[in-house]
Amino acid sequence: MSSVPDDLRYSKEHEWVRADGDVATIGITHFAQEQLGDVVFVELPEKGTAVRQFSSLGVVESVKAASDIYAPVSGEILERNVKVIEKPELVNTEPYGDGWMIKVRLANEGELAQLLSPQDYRSHIGETAGAGGD
Amino acid sequence: MATEAPTLRRTPLYERHVALGAKMVPFAGYEMPIQYEGIVAEHRAVRSHAGLFDLSHMGEFIFQGRGAKALVDRLVSSDIAGLEAGQARYGLLTNEGGTIVDDVIVYRTGDSEYLMVVNAANIEKDRRHVLRYLGADVAFDDRSLATALVAIQGPRAATILESATTTSVRELPAFGVVGSEVLGKGATVARTGYTGEDGFEIFVANDAADRIWEGLLERGASLGIKPIGLGARDTLRLEARFSLYGNDIDETTNPIEAGLGWTCKLDKAFIGRDAIAAIKAEGPKRRIVGLVIDGGVARHGHEVVSAGEVVGHVTSGTFGPTVQKNIALAYVPTRLSKVGTAVAVRIRGKDVPATVVKTPFFRRAE
Repeated sequence: MSSVPDDLRYSKEHEWVRADGDVATIGITHFAQEQLGDVVFVELPEKGTAVRQFSSLGVVESVKAASDIYAPVSGEILERNVKVIEKPELVNTEPYGDGWMIKVRLANEGELAQLLSPQDYRSHIGETAGAGGD
Repeated sequence: MATEAPTLRRTPLYERHVALGAKMVPFAGYEMPIQYEGIVAEHRAVRSHAGLFDLSHMGEFIFQGRGAKALVDRLVSSDIAGLEAGQARYGLLTNEGGTIVDDVIVYRTGDSEYLMVVNAANIEKDRRHVLRYLGADVAFDDRSLATALVAIQGPRAATILESATTTSVRELPAFGVVGSEVLGKGATVARTGYTGEDGFEIFVANDAADRIWEGLLERGASLGIKPIGLGARDTLRLEARFSLYGNDIDETTNPIEAGLGWTCKLDKAFIGRDAIAAIKAEGPKRRIVGLVIDGGVARHGHEVVSAGEVVGHVTSGTFGPTVQKNIALAYVPTRLSKVGTAVAVRIRGKDVPATVVKTPFFRRAE
C-alpha cells in the first residue's frame, strides 16, 4: 500500500479524510503512525458530538507520548471506531483501513478543498514524489 | 529564543546506531538511540530472546587504594564493606539530609579496587560529591569518557555471550563481576542489568566497543538478538519496577518513601544515615506505589487524585508491553499506599480510575 494513498485528502497535522457523499471517514496517516511508534491507547469523542475543523478530535497515545488528533473537517460524529479503541495497534498496522478513527457527517463540503492533495501532503512530509510527480 | 543547543556527545557506537536505522535523541548530553525497530518489538525481544544495549553514556568511577573500601562504604547506603572481590551491589549516594544524590551499582573489581557505575546525567554532580569526601589514601579516577558499556539482556543472553568468551559466564552468579576477554578484547563482565531479565553488562575501552557490539549482534542473530533503544529500556525497567533517577528519585526524595529502604544498611556509618534512620523511625509521610490505570496512560507529572483532591503525582508511567496494562509509579500519602487502594490519575483533565498494586509489575519465571 502506498504510504500516501491517492484517493484521500490530508491535513498538515497528518490526518486523512475519505469523503463518500456527505460522510467523511477520518484517520491518521502512515507517516503519523510511524512517527508515533506503537500506539497503545486511543481516545475518541462519542457519537453525536459536533466537531469543528482543526479543533481537537481526540488523543492517540504511543508507548512514548500522547498526541492530539485534530478534526480535518467540521461535522457531527456518526460513529467512532470501537475496534481501534479495543485494538489500538490497528493504527500502526492499517492506518488507512481498520485503523480509521471517526466518521462524521460533513457540515461543509467546501472544507475538503482546504486540505492537502496527496501530492502536497507528500511534499509536506518530505517524501519524494513518485511517478506522476513533477 | 536563539540559545544555541549544547553540543551533544556521541558514544563510540554512534555510527552503528545510525547504520541500524535508529531514531537518535538527546539524552543526558549524548545523542542516543531511542528506538530501532519499535519499542514494543524491542521490549518483547528482550523478554523472549535477547537484546543489546549501548549504555556507554553511563559514568564509571574507579576507586583504588588502601582507603577505597572505607570511602565507598561511607558514600553508599548499602553494605559495600561486606562485598567480596568479584561481587557487586546496588546502593544509593545520599547526602547529609538523607535524600538521594544518585543510585549506583558498586562492583568490587579487586582487593582494593571498586568500580562505581553512575547515571549519565549525574556524572558531574556525583564527581563533585565524591571529591568532597575523598582522602589521600584513595586514588579516584573518573573513567566515564574512556569507557564503553554494552549490556546483553534476556533469556538467551548467557548462551550468546558464552560463544564470545572463554570465561564461563553462565557460572557467574547474579551480581557477580569478573575480568574477562570478550571477542579478544579485555573486558569487565558483570551479571547485572536493568530489565528484570538475566543478563550481563560488559565494560570495555572505547576502541573495543565496535568489536563487542558487532560480534554479539552477529553471534546472537540466529538466537533472535535485537539492538534495543532507550524507549524499551524504560518500559522494561518500569515493568521490573527499577527506579529511574530524575523521575522516581532525586534530591527531594528519601530512600524510605522511595521504597529503597532495603538498600540502606542503617547499622553502619554512611552519609545521610542519621536522617534516613529518623525518617524510618517516624514513618514516611508518603510512599511510592505501583498503579494500574484503567483507561488511559499515566505519565510523569500527572496528578494522583483521591476523593476529589490532588494527593500525589505520577513519577513514571507507560503501557507495559509484557503485562499488557497501563502501569505507573506514583507518590501517594502513606494512608493511600496499601495494595488494593482505589485512586484516580488526572489525565488531560479527566480522573481515570487506578488501583494500587503489588510491584514489580513483572517478575520473570525462575
